[in-house]
Amino acid sequence: MGAKKENSDDEMDEKVKKYLRGEAANLEGLKDKKLKGQLAVREDLYGKSAKTAAKIEKWLLPSEGGYLEAEGIEKTWRIKQESIAREVDILSSRNQYDIVLPELGPYSLDFTSNGRYMAAAGRKGHLAIVDMKTLNLIKEIQVRETVRDVAYLHNELFFAAAQKKYPYIYNRDGTELHCLKEHGAVLRLQFLKNHFLLASINKFGQLRYQDVTMGEMIGNFRTGLGRTDVMQVNPYNGVVALGHSSGTVTMWKPTSAVPLVKMLSHPGPVSSLAFHPNGHVMATSGRENKIKIWDLRKFEVIQTLPCHAKTLNFSQKGLLAAGTGSFIQILADFSGSQNYSSYMTHSMAKGYQVGKVLFRPYEDVLGIGHSMGWSSILIPGSGEPNFDSWVANPFETSKQRREKEVHSLLDKLPPETIMLDPTKVGTVRAAQKKEKPTKKEIEAEMEAAIETAKDTDFKKKTKGRNKPSKRATKRREMISRAKRPFLEQRTQEHETSRKKQKTEMPKSLQRFVRQKAT
Amino acid sequence: MKVKVISRSTDEFTRERSQDLQRVFRNFDPSLRSQEKAVEYVRALNAAKLDKIFARPFIGAMDGHRDSIKCMAKNPNYLKAIFSGSDDGDIRLWDMASRRTVCQFPGHQGAVQGLTVSTDGSILVSCGSDCTVRLWNVSDANLADSDNLSDNSAKPQAVYVWKNAFRAVDHQWDGDLFATAGAQVDIWNHNRSQPVNTFDWGSDTTISIRFNPGEPNILATSANDRSITLYDLRMSSPARKVIMRTKTNSIAWNPMEPMNFTAANEDCNCYSYDARKLEEAKCVHKDHVSAVMDIDFSPTGREFVTGSYDRTVRIFQYNGGHSREIYHTKRMQRVFCVKYSCDASYVISGSDDTNLRLWKAKASEQLGVVLPRERKKHEYLEAVKNRYKHLPEVKRIVRHRHLPKPVYKAANLRRTMIEAERRKEQRRKAHSAPGSIVTEPVRKRRIIKEVE
Repeated sequence: MGAKKENSDDEMDEKVKKYLRGEAANLEGLKDKKLKGQLAVREDLYGKSAKTAAKIEKWLLPSEGGYLEAEGIEKTWRIKQESIAREVDILSSRNQYDIVLPELGPYSLDFTSNGRYMAAAGRKGHLAIVDMKTLNLIKEIQVRETVRDVAYLHNELFFAAAQKKYPYIYNRDGTELHCLKEHGAVLRLQFLKNHFLLASINKFGQLRYQDVTMGEMIGNFRTGLGRTDVMQVNPYNGVVALGHSSGTVTMWKPTSAVPLVKMLSHPGPVSSLAFHPNGHVMATSGRENKIKIWDLRKFEVIQTLPCHAKTLNFSQKGLLAAGTGSFIQILADFSGSQNYSSYMTHSMAKGYQVGKVLFRPYEDVLGIGHSMGWSSILIPGSGEPNFDSWVANPFETSKQRREKEVHSLLDKLPPETIMLDPTKVGTVRAAQKKEKPTKKEIEAEMEAAIETAKDTDFKKKTKGRNKPSKRATKRREMISRAKRPFLEQRTQEHETSRKKQKTEMPKSLQRFVRQKAT
Repeated sequence: MKVKVISRSTDEFTRERSQDLQRVFRNFDPSLRSQEKAVEYVRALNAAKLDKIFARPFIGAMDGHRDSIKCMAKNPNYLKAIFSGSDDGDIRLWDMASRRTVCQFPGHQGAVQGLTVSTDGSILVSCGSDCTVRLWNVSDANLADSDNLSDNSAKPQAVYVWKNAFRAVDHQWDGDLFATAGAQVDIWNHNRSQPVNTFDWGSDTTISIRFNPGEPNILATSANDRSITLYDLRMSSPARKVIMRTKTNSIAWNPMEPMNFTAANEDCNCYSYDARKLEEAKCVHKDHVSAVMDIDFSPTGREFVTGSYDRTVRIFQYNGGHSREIYHTKRMQRVFCVKYSCDASYVISGSDDTNLRLWKAKASEQLGVVLPRERKKHEYLEAVKNRYKHLPEVKRIVRHRHLPKPVYKAANLRRTMIEAERRKEQRRKAHSAPGSIVTEPVRKRRIIKEVE
C-alpha cells in the first residue's frame, strides 16, 4: 500500500514537472526586495497551477489512450491489421481501408491539424479532399499537370498544391485562388501554423517563405546544396529542416540567409526526415539502411536502427513510422529513454510502393500514400486521446472555425520569433564580454582626443581680453583635459597591477616588490 | 491480445440541441501547444496597443460653481453623490451620474475651507474662513425629496461661530466627534456649540486634518511650520510630530492599512509613513512637477490619487515610486482637491477653473455591465501584459503618455537638476576620504527631526 502511494506520488511529480515548463527562477541573487517578493509570489502561483493541471490530467480528461498488448508468446509486431479489426468496434474498423487508384500515380497526403480533413494529391494531377469523419469525398479535381506535393493551410478551406511549374492555392470547392509564380517548380511544401508561412523548396534548391495572409515574400534563400525533396518543419520551434544529397541536414529560419545548423548525418543522401512533436528528437534515414535518432539539444545521435526508410513520421504520442517498398514498420520507445524498438509492422500488397506515411492527429490511424492510391491502418496508442477545443477541435462547427481563424490571425507570430530555442523569448540576453582594448588602441585613442582638443577654435574675445598668453594657457588646459581620463586609467591599472603583485608575494618579501616599468 | 483504439462518439463531443452551449474540452498539456512564449508576447503587444486605443478616461465636467473649488466630501452611504465647496461660500451636492447639481447649501460668507460628512451619512459639516462651522442635514430621505427640483437650497441645521478662521475639517470614522483645523486643533461634538477639546502644539496654523480609519481616536494634522503631528484624543497632549523640509498640504490614511498614511508635500513628492515609525518615510512617490495639493486613497488601499498645482491629476500605487497614470486637460487649471470614488472606479478632481471633473480610475476600463467572458478576457490580457511589460516594445507602448508641454519641460528640468546634484555628490564622495560623506536615503533626507 505504501509502495503504491509512492508510485502515484512519483507519477504526480512527473506530471507537475511537465506543467512547470522548466526550472524555477533562482531568486537568491536578487537585491531588490520588492521584486524578490513579487517573483516569489509568482513562483508559488506557478507551482499551484502546475499541481492543479496535473490533477486535471489525472482525473478529468474524458478519453483514454489506445494500447496494444500482446498476451503470452505473441509479439506485437506480428499482429496483423485484420486481427485488430476483429477486436475493435465498428466505428474504428471503418478507419482501416485501401483506396486503389492505380492510374493516377503515387499519392501524397496531408491532414488538417484537427485530423478531420485529408487532402490527397496523385502525381498525375488528381486532387481530392476527403472528410475523414464521414469518409465523404468533398471535392476532387483533375489539374492535368504533375502534382508533387499538397499542403493544407491554416484550415480545411485552403490547400496548396505543388504543380509542375508553380504551386497553386485552391479553395475547398476546388477553385484556384492563387498561382504563386515566385516559387518556381516546387518539390515540397510545408506550412508553419503559428506564423502563417508557406515554405517551399524547389528544383534548384531555393527555399522560399511566403506569408499567406498578405502574400508577402518573407525570405528567399539559395541553399547552395543542390536539389532536394526532403523537407520538414519542426513543430516545436518553426525551423525548417532540409536533408541534402550530400548527407547533411540543414536547418533554416526565414530571417537569415545562412542556415542555423548544418549537420552531417549520413554518408550518403538523406532519404527522409521527421521531427518528434516535443521538438527535441529528430529521426533521419539515409540510403545506407540506417535510421538515426538525434537529440537536438546536444546534436548527438541517441540511437541507430538498422532499418530502411524512404519515409518517416512521428505520431503525437512519439511512435515512429518508417515506410519502405511495401512494408511499414512502427517503432515505439516504451521505456521513455529514447530507446526505440519495433512495435508493429504492416505489409501491403506487393507492388505498392509507399510514398508518404502520415499519422492522423488525435486518432490512432496511420495514413499511407502509395503508388496505387492511399490506405489507412490502425495503430493503437499513436494519437492523443484528449484534444483541446481551443487548439484543434475535430468536431468544429463552421462558426467555431471562423472564430478560430480570426483568433489565430490575431496571434500570428512575426517571422523573427523562429529560433532554435523558442523559450528564449522574453529572457535577458547574456552580456557580451567586451575585450579590453590593446595598448596601441589606447594610445591611438589618446592621440585622437589630443588632436581634436588642439583643433578647437576659441571665441575671439575683444577689449584686450584676447592676449596670446591667455590663449596658449587655455589651449594647454584643453589638451590636458582631453588627456586626463587616459592618464587616470593608466594610474588605476598601475595600482591594480601593483596590488596584485603585492598579494602574490609572501608577506615577508612584500617590501621588496618593485613596480615593474611597463 | 488486448487492444483499444481511440474512438470518439459524436454525441459525446457535440451538443444535443441548438439551444445548448457548445461543448468545450480542455487539455492543458504543453506538448499540444508550440511557441507559447512567442504567442504570449504577441498577445501582450496587442493588448498594450488595444489598451491605448480604448484609453478614454475623461467622463465629464460638472459645471456650476462660480469660484474655484477648494474642498470636496464623499458621502459613504450614497455612491452617486459628491459635495463640493468653493471660494465664494457655495456648497453644492452633485449627482455624478447626471453630472448636475441636486442641492445647494448657501450660507457661508467667505471661502468654504473644509467639508466632511459623518459616517452615517446624515450630517454634512462645513467650515470656512468666516470663522463658522455649519452643520447641514443630508440624510437620504432629505436628498431624495430634493431630487426632482434642480435648484434646491437647504437650511443649515446648526451654525457655530468661533474665534479664528478654519482651514480644514474632518469627521471621526466611528464616533460622534469632528475636528477642525485652524489656529489650533479643535474637537467638536454635533450638539455643542463650542469645541469639546483643543490641542495646540507649535505656533503656526494647522492646514489639514484627517482621522484614522482604523483607530477612531487618532488623527493626523499638518501645519504651516512644515510639520506633521499625530494626536490621540484619549490623551490630553499631542502624541508625535515630524518636521520636514517643506510644508505638507494634505494627508490621507490608507483605509486598508490604517497605520500608514501618505502626505502630499510642497516639494512635489508624496511621502508614505508608518505612523509608528516616523523617523523614515516608507516610500517616496515622485512624479509631480509642482506642489501636490491634495491626496485621497482608493477604498482598496492599493492606489491613491493626487492633484497638484501643475494642473495634473496622478494615480500612484501605494507602494510604488512613480505614477501609474496621469490625467490632464487643457481646460483644467490648478487642481486643489481630488477624491477617489467609494467603488474605486472613478476619480473626481476639483480645480481652479470652477469645474469638478469626473475621470475613470482605469483609463481603458469598460464601464457598465461586463459579461463574465469579457471580464475573464480583460483579466487575461492584463496578466499577459504585466508578464511582458519589461520588454522594450511593450514597455514603450505601456509607458507612453502625452504630457502637456509645460509639464514635460518642467519634468526634464527637474531631472537634469537632480542628476547634476547626484553627480556632484558622487564626485565629492569619490574625492574625499571614504566614509566622510554619508548619503542619506531619500526617505530620510527630507525629514529634519522627529519630536515626541
